[in-house]
Amino acid sequence: MSNQSIQNNTTALKHESTLYAEPVAHIGAFPVTNALLTSTTAVIVITLLALIIRTGLREVPRGIQNFFEAILEGALSLADQVTNSRKISEKVFPLAFAVFLFVLVNNWLGLLPLGGLGVVAQGEHGAAFIPFLRSGTADINTTVALATMAVLGANLFGIFSIGIWKTFNKYVNLKALGGIFTRVRKEPMVLVVAPVTFFVGLLELIGELAKVASLSFRLFGNIFAGEVLLAAMSAIIPYLLPIPFLFLEIFVGIIQALIFSILTLVYFAIAAQDHEEHEGHRDTAAAHA
Amino acid sequence: MELIPLAKAIAIGVGAIGPGIGVGLIGAKAMEAIGRNPEAAGKVLVPMLIASAFAEAIAIYALVIAFSL
Repeated sequence: MSNQSIQNNTTALKHESTLYAEPVAHIGAFPVTNALLTSTTAVIVITLLALIIRTGLREVPRGIQNFFEAILEGALSLADQVTNSRKISEKVFPLAFAVFLFVLVNNWLGLLPLGGLGVVAQGEHGAAFIPFLRSGTADINTTVALATMAVLGANLFGIFSIGIWKTFNKYVNLKALGGIFTRVRKEPMVLVVAPVTFFVGLLELIGELAKVASLSFRLFGNIFAGEVLLAAMSAIIPYLLPIPFLFLEIFVGIIQALIFSILTLVYFAIAAQDHEEHEGHRDTAAAHA
Repeated sequence: MELIPLAKAIAIGVGAIGPGIGVGLIGAKAMEAIGRNPEAAGKVLVPMLIASAFAEAIAIYALVIAFSL
């Protein structure tokens, strides 16, 4: 009989990969999910690392400082390639690199083989095992927050660098509508072109929302799928089969962090570009051709 | 009859076709580029990985849908 109860226990304590992060504790009415726990750990890890490097800073780099200086230099030159301007990349790089570090550490923390640490909590289908570690980026809330920050930040950056009127005209193109009255006598085609331009601006507004959706779902999906993949592989052959996939997931963690931060950088760079100037260049290029 | 498992299978199965073709094309073109100019292998690698991650993301959307069904 006791054997049966143990068997019941083991089947009941299976951990299911859920789409949402599971609460491991409660502070008052506020549920502390495992993703929140891991992302807080990530912040602490990054802060500690930064402090360690900061206190040991020296003119001639050595050891860990050397390593991070090489990474920073490479990342800054990559940012230059993306933005095509040292001025913009110097402004945006700290944010993009911070996002990169946060996402990377989060992705990797979820891979740590500490799946045994956790709590047993009452879930929907009876008692369930909930691990403490779940990548913060494997929770849709984190990625949506990061993506919203990136897109809103890009638009704010655009406002600061090219002015509020030009940024506003990117989405609600009053300038094109106004052009109907001022330019109609010289070129009557503006009657057709201006409404289309206005409509394109509105589409761009929807495009901003699509940016948030694609950024957040790409990161969330990749990391969550990685966790599910590892769980599925260790269900087939425990310990042995997940090893190659662990390497794959370490790689995916870097790539996704890189993509997220590069896209953030691209959005900032696009927002800082003057739309009209850009089109003017294209016109002259077309004229030359 | 329970149709939800079938729906999940179709969602990820059909959703993986396009990205599969996409990643294949990206890889094939990258190999072609490296074959034409072997010195450019380092320069080709990073854009190739980024492009294939973009293509892969579409399969991941399908996977998320399959899991949320």
